[in-house]
Amino acid sequence: MDVTSLTAAGTSVTSGAIETDAVIIGAGPCGLFAVFELGLLDIKAHVIDILDRPGGQCAELYPEKPIYDVPAIPVVTGQELTDRLMEQIKPFGAEFHFSERVETLTRTQDGRFHLTTDAGTEFVAKVVVVAAGGGSFTPKRPPLNGIENYEGKSVFYSVRRIEQMRGRDIVIVGGGDSALDWTLNLQPVARSLTLVHRRDEFRAAPHSVEKMRKLVADGDIRLLIGQVTTLEGADGQLTAVEVKTADGTERIICDAMLPFFGLTMKLGPVAEWGLNLHENLIHVDTERFETSEKGIFAIGDINWYPGKLKLILSGFHEAALMAQAAHKIVYPDKKLLFQYTTSSSSLQKKLGVK
Amino acid sequence: MTKITFIQPDGTSQTVEAENGLTVMEAAKLNDIPGIEAECGGACACATCHVYVDEAWRDKTGKPSEMEEDMLDFAFDVREGSRLSCQIKITDALDGLVVRVPAKQF
Repeated sequence: MDVTSLTAAGTSVTSGAIETDAVIIGAGPCGLFAVFELGLLDIKAHVIDILDRPGGQCAELYPEKPIYDVPAIPVVTGQELTDRLMEQIKPFGAEFHFSERVETLTRTQDGRFHLTTDAGTEFVAKVVVVAAGGGSFTPKRPPLNGIENYEGKSVFYSVRRIEQMRGRDIVIVGGGDSALDWTLNLQPVARSLTLVHRRDEFRAAPHSVEKMRKLVADGDIRLLIGQVTTLEGADGQLTAVEVKTADGTERIICDAMLPFFGLTMKLGPVAEWGLNLHENLIHVDTERFETSEKGIFAIGDINWYPGKLKLILSGFHEAALMAQAAHKIVYPDKKLLFQYTTSSSSLQKKLGVK
Repeated sequence: MTKITFIQPDGTSQTVEAENGLTVMEAAKLNDIPGIEAECGGACACATCHVYVDEAWRDKTGKPSEMEEDMLDFAFDVREGSRLSCQIKITDALDGLVVRVPAKQF
């Protein structure tokens, strides 16, 4: 879709949609701080994130790693930064929609934006702030030859319905919580289940590991230490996998495989929204941080402009300027008076400190 | 300066000079070594800087930490000598280090 078609499309809005001032895509540090900056200007926001909790990369990639370049905080971990931001934005009552990914973004006939998520939630917003960082977290695809041909039919990265796995010969690959949780959940319905992991040590929660060991001891599942090297099958239907073990190679007959190798970031549906992109990043101006589409802003790691640095502090700055521009769209007739939180009683009232 | 040699899956190799205190991943990125992606920037939070340390050097580089072992679960074709290059600090003792870049990072 190109920019003109996005403008001209004129999506009609269904009655079940959530109406709001702003939709923020991404609950990483920049998305969270956008809630604050918009909130100071009386702009209400809904925040959508594919993860099941706030923090984005800070929560998913480095919750315990120290960050040293947030101004005035000599050291803070990714999780602490997230927690503090959540506390800071509390007064603005933003609503969060976790574990959802925005799929479509179109302009409505009245000039607002219509968004839908993969969970079927719909929004209508006056402005959209894309704060999607490195894109949406998606399961890593193991680099096994031909794996893409099996995906969705016999290779799965998540299970929507346990019933779809009933009676199958299942191979689960991995040693973390996802691998162990699905091992425990699918064992009762599977015809056979083999857990494949490269070493006899597991990252997953100890009680899950204990339960898994018991199933192995009771002969209900099999644990194989090794690495999957080859997939066998045809027309999307897996028939066996080959596993390299310490003693050689073993072939396991199976008709479903669930690999759990963590998450990686992909731009995802953002690429389809008709925004001007620069090497997979959204091109914005440096006055408003607005995209090629009026009313759609992009802040944080996902945007690009000359001189761009992917720093959290830059994203905070971008959020502040974006909010000023968003105000003009949300309240076209209101004059915006620049104020400081230190001295403005109206801002302090919004913050709940007066 | 410490010399480090990166051998690609096709057998070609590049030897670079790196400052002590950097990590092997940083040395690779500074010298545009193909096949070292380092998606997370060195936080030991992905597994895209995976290398195989040459057998002769494994005593000197040591074994992966527990956290690194956990991350290696996300790497492909993990072998004896698998390390995340962001977790190997360059010192004089590693002068001449040889590591192999895997066929795929993911």
